[in-house]
Amino acid sequence: MTTLQDPPVAVEASAAKAPRRFHALIGFGLAAVVLFALAPVALGDFRLGLLAKYLCLAIVAVGIGLAWGRGGMLTLGQGVFFGLGGYAMAMHLKLADAGPGELPDFMQLYGQLDALPWWWKPFANPAFALAATVLLPMLVAFLLGLLIFRRRVRGAYFAILSQALCAALAIFLIGQQGTTGGTNGLTDIQGFFGYDLNDPINRRMIYFIVAAALLAVLGVAWQLMRSRFGELLVAVRDGEERVRFLGYDPANVKLVAYVVAAGMAGLAGALFVPAVGIISPAMIGVVPSIEFVIGVAVGGRASLIGPALGAIAVAWAKTALSEKLPSAWTYFEGLLFILPVVFLPGGLASLAMYLRRRRSTSTEVTS
Amino acid sequence: MSGLVVRDLQVVFDGFVAVGGVDLTVPSGDVRFIIGPNGAGKTTLIDAITGLARATGAVTFDEHELLGRKVHKIARLGVGRTFQNSTVFEELTVLQNLDIAAGWHRGPLTLLRRRSSVPPEVQNALETVRLTAVRDQLAGTLPHGQKQWLEIGMLLVQNAKLFLLDEPVAGMSHEERDATGELLGELSREHTVVVIEHDMDFLRRFARSVTVMHAGKVLSEGTVAQVQADPKVQEVYLGHPVEA
Repeated sequence: MTTLQDPPVAVEASAAKAPRRFHALIGFGLAAVVLFALAPVALGDFRLGLLAKYLCLAIVAVGIGLAWGRGGMLTLGQGVFFGLGGYAMAMHLKLADAGPGELPDFMQLYGQLDALPWWWKPFANPAFALAATVLLPMLVAFLLGLLIFRRRVRGAYFAILSQALCAALAIFLIGQQGTTGGTNGLTDIQGFFGYDLNDPINRRMIYFIVAAALLAVLGVAWQLMRSRFGELLVAVRDGEERVRFLGYDPANVKLVAYVVAAGMAGLAGALFVPAVGIISPAMIGVVPSIEFVIGVAVGGRASLIGPALGAIAVAWAKTALSEKLPSAWTYFEGLLFILPVVFLPGGLASLAMYLRRRRSTSTEVTS
Repeated sequence: MSGLVVRDLQVVFDGFVAVGGVDLTVPSGDVRFIIGPNGAGKTTLIDAITGLARATGAVTFDEHELLGRKVHKIARLGVGRTFQNSTVFEELTVLQNLDIAAGWHRGPLTLLRRRSSVPPEVQNALETVRLTAVRDQLAGTLPHGQKQWLEIGMLLVQNAKLFLLDEPVAGMSHEERDATGELLGELSREHTVVVIEHDMDFLRRFARSVTVMHAGKVLSEGTVAQVQADPKVQEVYLGHPVEA
């Protein structure tokens, strides 16, 4: 083992920080190689398209890892922000598909509308729509968070409230069929800022955009977790009252993490639309919101990469299992949530950490 | 007047009077011990001063009215407290705990960056509370006594001027008690210290003044000798077989 030649303990403390940064860089490099070189070569168009969808879910998961894993807020309603981002993007793409001055196809079908509703109009502008995919969820999260955290709603009550909001948004969208597409959602999206989404080359391009977005989001989460804010967030998670007595208002700390997680979910929703070609209430309601959290729990909520890997793994398992045993998936999904919570609260990431710790203690013994 | 001034403080929970009209004056630089039987209202008194329990009356510290302010605003005025069960952040290191305690005034840019060096006030506190050697250890792995010292260190870096310590030596060994007592002595040079304590031996050695509470009221106040000689105190408290 190389550790035998390493300089003795005294240097270790000062050296420990540099390798950690180095490790992170290697990790990002590896992820980039896998996402940008290996996957596009190894996977066909269909599988690569599925991977793009999974990566969108992974972006949501990174945000949940921050808010839940580090901040202790069980965000069971990320579908709200995912949906806001997704619908903002889909509204623009539908308007672009329809052409200037025209109504989107579904409005002509069952809308009985003469003109575009006022709240659709700004989304014709691409800059507004793109900004709205991230900023609108963040704004909504900010306003919700102000109400929720100032009033010290937390724990199970916070989770239930998030879930209720999610159900409310889905029900609202279904009820407004003429202007939102109702249960069907916004479907059959053809183009993406001038590019034809039926062209496999363009679909590959979408995959690369999603992969780059995931790396960027991981970078943001990495910086937040290692910063002083990240330490403070863990402190708020473990002792909200104690933090108050140190002169902080924990509501503000939680608010920042919640808003960042919402922005990530919004971005994911926006990318999901061109990657999959549809957004509908069934993709943003209660069930998908719970599925977001399951991936995070399986991967390890408090780690950086765990939530993303967990989300990809669970989404992949869902596809694979539902192809072979359509009725078994629901039970398997339940099991996936219960097992980590009961037996492995740190998720798969803690397993890796456990192995690393065992290896390092065994090298200490041998040296 | 500077220091802690409490006037006619009342705390009522659902009709139960936990603190019923307490007057208390702790001048700057005092080391005041508050004693009393269980349920006398000592911890509730501290809860009211720090904004945790709703109270009526008046509480001023260095001429700032505290009642009606939020907990974190009171903390920013220089009022710090510890709890009976230590409440350090167990999954963070000693250094991280202290760094957080030192930071409520940090701006967003500082918060979003990584801590690049140990702030001098944190280094001083590490030495004062004798935790330099375990700086990078997780706070949850510290023995009980060191956790309490870490709490005191957090008050130091928080820049608290008034220390409200709730049973700081409960569960400590003799050596740890002595060390904590010395620490209180050092602290009192620049801070006002209020200690809730049950340990009479500890009190006799380190208290400068004593307030005895009973049933939500102040029963007696003075030096250790004066309080011990007070027949009312002997009746409700020291009269019981406490090794006097």
